[in-house]
Amino acid sequence: MSTNHTAPEEREILVEMRGLRIEGQSEDQWNEIVHGVDVTLRRGEVLGLIGESGAGKSTIGLASMAFARPGCRISGGTVMFDGMDLTAMPESEKRKLRGTRIAYVAQSAAASFNPAHRLIDQYSEMPVQHGVLDRATSESDAVDLFRRLKLPDPETIGFRYPHQVSGGQLQRAMTAMAMSCKPDLIIFDEPTTALDVTTQIEVLAAIRDVVEQFDTAAMYITHDLAVVAQMADRIMVLRHGNLVEEGNARAMLANPREEYTRQLLSVRSFQKATAGDATQAPLLKVEGVTASYGSGPKVLDDVSIEIGHARTVAVVGESGSGKSTLARVITGLLPLSDGSVSYKGEVLPPRLKDRERGQLRTMQMIYQMPDTALNPKQRIREIIGRPLSFYLDMTGSKREERTRELLSLIELEPDDYIDRLPGELSGGQKQRICIARALAAEPELIICDEVTSALDQLVAEEVLKLLQRLQDDLRVSYMFITHDLATVRAIADDVVVMLQGKVVESGPKDEVMTPPHHDYTELLLSSVPEMDPDWLTRVLEARQANA
Amino acid sequence: MEAALKALRKAPPTALFGMAIILFYVFLAVFAPIISPYGETEIVGEQFEDWSPDYLLGTDNLGRDMATRLIYGARNTIGIAFITTCLAFMIGVTMGFLASTLGGWVDQLTSRVVDILMAIPSLIFALLLLTIFGTSMPSLIIIIAVLDSTRVYRLSRAVSQGIVVMDYVEVSKLRGEGLWYIMKNEILPNAMAPLVAEFGLRFCFVFLFISALSFLGLGIQPPTADWGSMVRANADLITYGILTPLIPAASIALLTVGVNFVVDWFLHKTSGLRE
Repeated sequence: MSTNHTAPEEREILVEMRGLRIEGQSEDQWNEIVHGVDVTLRRGEVLGLIGESGAGKSTIGLASMAFARPGCRISGGTVMFDGMDLTAMPESEKRKLRGTRIAYVAQSAAASFNPAHRLIDQYSEMPVQHGVLDRATSESDAVDLFRRLKLPDPETIGFRYPHQVSGGQLQRAMTAMAMSCKPDLIIFDEPTTALDVTTQIEVLAAIRDVVEQFDTAAMYITHDLAVVAQMADRIMVLRHGNLVEEGNARAMLANPREEYTRQLLSVRSFQKATAGDATQAPLLKVEGVTASYGSGPKVLDDVSIEIGHARTVAVVGESGSGKSTLARVITGLLPLSDGSVSYKGEVLPPRLKDRERGQLRTMQMIYQMPDTALNPKQRIREIIGRPLSFYLDMTGSKREERTRELLSLIELEPDDYIDRLPGELSGGQKQRICIARALAAEPELIICDEVTSALDQLVAEEVLKLLQRLQDDLRVSYMFITHDLATVRAIADDVVVMLQGKVVESGPKDEVMTPPHHDYTELLLSSVPEMDPDWLTRVLEARQANA
Repeated sequence: MEAALKALRKAPPTALFGMAIILFYVFLAVFAPIISPYGETEIVGEQFEDWSPDYLLGTDNLGRDMATRLIYGARNTIGIAFITTCLAFMIGVTMGFLASTLGGWVDQLTSRVVDILMAIPSLIFALLLLTIFGTSMPSLIIIIAVLDSTRVYRLSRAVSQGIVVMDYVEVSKLRGEGLWYIMKNEILPNAMAPLVAEFGLRFCFVFLFISALSFLGLGIQPPTADWGSMVRANADLITYGILTPLIPAASIALLTVGVNFVVDWFLHKTSGLRE
């Protein structure tokens, strides 16, 4: 990225952390979560910090401004910023640095902006407060930055409130805000994770441009190696608070040294082999369905899809495309206003409460957030056992036996897990329990609503493989709602692309995923980041050429 | 069970003090006939006798032993307050959960009825209702429970509104579970912490409310011993500088303080607040 000026390794060191140790408090005990990591960042350099959740990447990022989140403390090591020892500096001095010389861009811009103030007010607050700029200069700066970040209507967008702009625009406004005092260092903490792929690409391009133009050093924190490949000069791979591998971005991607890095790189290479039988009559048929919430606008408009026996239908689209609503209509949570949903040729009553127990049993659902899909006060025995006794009248030892069988099926040791509460499980294990609960009902169709998007990539891949194995063994069909096209490639037989409540394109995977595409499918497909560090540049050039 | 013991060991001194008070009162209430030297309504001496070895706290306006009445008072006042609070919670929690789970007109109807009940000052409303229905024990309990359940309703509705939107409740609905299962197995366990804390506070309010009603003569009726009416019956003594009538009042205050200590600790623990 900083191919201009001098080579990065010759430039002045901006941040230097030596033997950084950070402790976190849980249950009145301090446990070390970062075990002596060294970080060096030179002026104008972009450092990518990558790892799964719990790797300590955000914690390390925040530590570079000598800040520890509540419940955490820096217990060892030094943090030098531009020759100053931050760990020894009084809090009031550090506060002056933060915002002016070091800025932070959080994952959720929507949660970081104050909804009661206009963007420009929030933009100017920092420079005016710190006495760097006066209000008028800062406002004209803002317009300039908004323009550089390619925000629409840069002159007036600042006078809107946060809810009046889109998520991707808000994230760019947040970046502008971080740039407001022309800091030496910006920490980007998963700035695009909450965005759709089509929006992500714009934000990535904007961030990359301004960081380059102002020659700002940056730490880019993400769990997505493909994203960091576009942004960083140098990458640090972290795991469990330790450094796994560090090196030049291109060199590492081309030739990873550690096994763990290789795993991260090869993630998403998994692909299902066989498809189910496409010739049979479909299991579920959705015909001309239209639905809306209350008297609002149509969320689904004349949607028709078919799900075959033992097949996986992936429904893709950005947020707001109506894909989750489609699942709600199929399950009867949201009664449809027009059209029909039929199961094995039999039209299902539109309302959940009119459906019979047998009809409910055949269709189960798995949710995006396993944390909220499991009752935190119920033990695994009860969570999996309840559908057994509810649908299949199993009791006593028969139910216990089947519960254990299901736990083995999802590769969790029954003796270890059956008495646990959901809080005592990891995210991936929770999602496995959700799968077991769905399987307990012995369904023919499982609706998976973004089941892997809340999980780390390696864990997500394991869950996908498990789902695939279950399909091979049990011949269940999946309706797979996702915004992640890598997941689609991995698991789908058929693909349905949705946009604004309508089906844009549908058909077998090979047909949809190979050209010629519908325009929107093309946009979606080309927006998925690839490991190739030149991918972003290439895509942007191609889009410019077309425009 | 082990976790409970562990938590108990870590409890701050105020909470332990509160628990000791509550246990002491419960002990008095349960074993009142054994501990107390005389019968509850037995006239044992002259009116207003002084403190003496025979009558530990003297005698009251009819010549009954104050210490005995005080112990029985614990039994009656606490017992009635406890039953009333339980009843108030049964009504309030059920209605609150129903309102939040069903929503729509059920929610509207119950909420508006509660609004109306809450708009009238409860002491005056209680006095009015007690005058209409008479001051028998059942009507006392039911009237206070209904009036108090409005507050419980508000809390449980608010708490369960945050729970019914969780995916695990939707999972239950999708499974075809009935309303009762959802309320009992999905919502209640997750709403327990704030409800238990509220139970402690509500108990104090009910307890004070009954004492206040008794003091006004519309609560627990003589000859049943009760702290509120004991204060009133012997209030004259204060003019002579005798502190005896303040003892039942102090008993009320002490229990209230004790319960609050425990509730504070519990709320603190469950809400995950740190100092």
